[in-house]
Amino acid sequence: MEVIYKKPESLKDEVTTYCPGCGHGIIHRLIGEVIDELEIREKTIGVAPVGCAVLAYNFFNFDVTESAHGRAPAVATGIKRLLPDRIVFTYQGDGDLAAIGTGEIIHAAARGENITVIFVNNAVYGMTKGQMAPTTLPGMKTTTTIEGRNIKIHGYPLKVCELLSQIDGVFYLERTAIDSVQSIIKTKSAIKKAFQNQIENKGFSLIEILSPCPVNWKMTPVQSLNYIKEVMSKYFVPGVYKNKGGE
Amino acid sequence: MKKYLLTGCEAGAEASIHAGCKFYAGYPITPQNRFPEYMSKRLPEEGGVFIQAESEISAINMVFGASVCGFRALTSSSSPGISLKQEGISYLCGCELPAVIINMNRGGPGLGDVTPSQSDYFQATRGGGHGDYRTIVYAPWTVQELYDLTYLAFDISDKYRNPVLILADGIIAQMMESIKFKRRKKRLPEKKWALTGCKGREPNSIKSLFLTPGVLERHNWRLYKKYQKIEAKEVKYEEYFCQDAEFLIVSFGTCARISYESVKILRKKGKKIGLFRPITLWPFPYKQLEKTMGKMKKIFVIEMNLGQMIDDVKIVNRKNLPIYFYGRPGGGVPTSEEISRFIQLYLVGERR
Repeated sequence: MEVIYKKPESLKDEVTTYCPGCGHGIIHRLIGEVIDELEIREKTIGVAPVGCAVLAYNFFNFDVTESAHGRAPAVATGIKRLLPDRIVFTYQGDGDLAAIGTGEIIHAAARGENITVIFVNNAVYGMTKGQMAPTTLPGMKTTTTIEGRNIKIHGYPLKVCELLSQIDGVFYLERTAIDSVQSIIKTKSAIKKAFQNQIENKGFSLIEILSPCPVNWKMTPVQSLNYIKEVMSKYFVPGVYKNKGGE
Repeated sequence: MKKYLLTGCEAGAEASIHAGCKFYAGYPITPQNRFPEYMSKRLPEEGGVFIQAESEISAINMVFGASVCGFRALTSSSSPGISLKQEGISYLCGCELPAVIINMNRGGPGLGDVTPSQSDYFQATRGGGHGDYRTIVYAPWTVQELYDLTYLAFDISDKYRNPVLILADGIIAQMMESIKFKRRKKRLPEKKWALTGCKGREPNSIKSLFLTPGVLERHNWRLYKKYQKIEAKEVKYEEYFCQDAEFLIVSFGTCARISYESVKILRKKGKKIGLFRPITLWPFPYKQLEKTMGKMKKIFVIEMNLGQMIDDVKIVNRKNLPIYFYGRPGGGVPTSEEISRFIQLYLVGERR
């Protein structure tokens, strides 16, 4: 019998520790597929964040290091500068990248580090059980904004792609979502582009992925996909925010 | 052998290059600005990478990244900057990654001032960051010794997979002295644990998170055994004029160098005084100091702070000898006459 669908070699045969309906599993798989297709598994080094995806090294079947909260772009910088022929990527959540690690991501981008950043935006602190994130939408209820995020008190969400698009050192920026089969396919091609850019020494690429967190959003998996489509995508509009390569 | 006239910063930079260091990340802070300036030119000449980071936090994490992939890496800073690096140092310890961190200690707390101090003794020897860990700490008293200990630090750091701190100060950082170089290291230890891409092997991972119950405790015990081994094998200290001494100065770094002159002044006056100088502040030479203190009548602890190393001296003071402290905080640097005058106050009535 012909095998037409299988687990990517870049993923380990491991029981997931992510919650039901979580987007990380899908994104892990897309990264695994892309790394397989580009045949770079044996020269890839991943940098895991602090947050739900800290356990990424349990799932990825290639070299992965942990990093302190928000510092993944600095760690990746050290690795990539010394091993420029290896493929280095960070995998970061919104708290990691857009709150505690804002300085690190902005300056890695400004230096134009030739790395790939996978930024998973689920608008909430997942691992600590649902506090307000830098990307929590106005009105969204979290455990630290029980009446909903009030911009007068809690300020505005940070739009990372829009922010980084102003930085000269950035080569490629795209925001996608994983709320439908179509958008998942689109996300995969964005991830692939971000890795290809690095292989071709083009420079800093970041893919922001709007991803569901049903447990902390207090929704069913299906409701949370609808929430991405109907609410989140309106505030964080998907699209290519920067492409120095033209096209 | 050829000699070179260098500042402490330059000597530390050359030592690291000679020891095979290929990565430096840092951030400007007085009194060690010469370090990143010098490295920005020298390291690329040697095929290494220099990065001026956006913060001390980022700098130590870049060093973390360099160490993750198996390279010898260094960062330098001064007190407030070293405070910022503590998170990274804790992670280096948890992940068992080698790295060398140089602190050209200045006055504190807070922004303090830019003058030399020894006020970071507690921070250096008691952890500084979170968690149950130890860092090896060397305290040089000359530019030559700064060079020698930095050169050694890379080997020790690799050997134990543990960060090594050099605790110097603003005087050693900026003072020029003539020094001799050591031979360049050519063969560096192989690091099978390093992340280099998993070609031809199973994937490696570096981590300090152990969520499964009991696993972190085992990790901590394993680290403890490593620290015990370091305590047994890596203690460094020196004694001067202790053979016939009845009184003892205990002092480290720059302050020990000044105290050495005080000993000579007091010896000329017939006082039987010696000097004990810890070179490793951790592991502290407890056993050696206890033995030397065994034949003393009075102990004098001299520091450029308000009394920090004195706690370690008290730990071994089982005979309850009187311990007198003289310290100058906030960038105050005692003269050798000042120290000898202080000591003489307490030697009045003592038999020659």
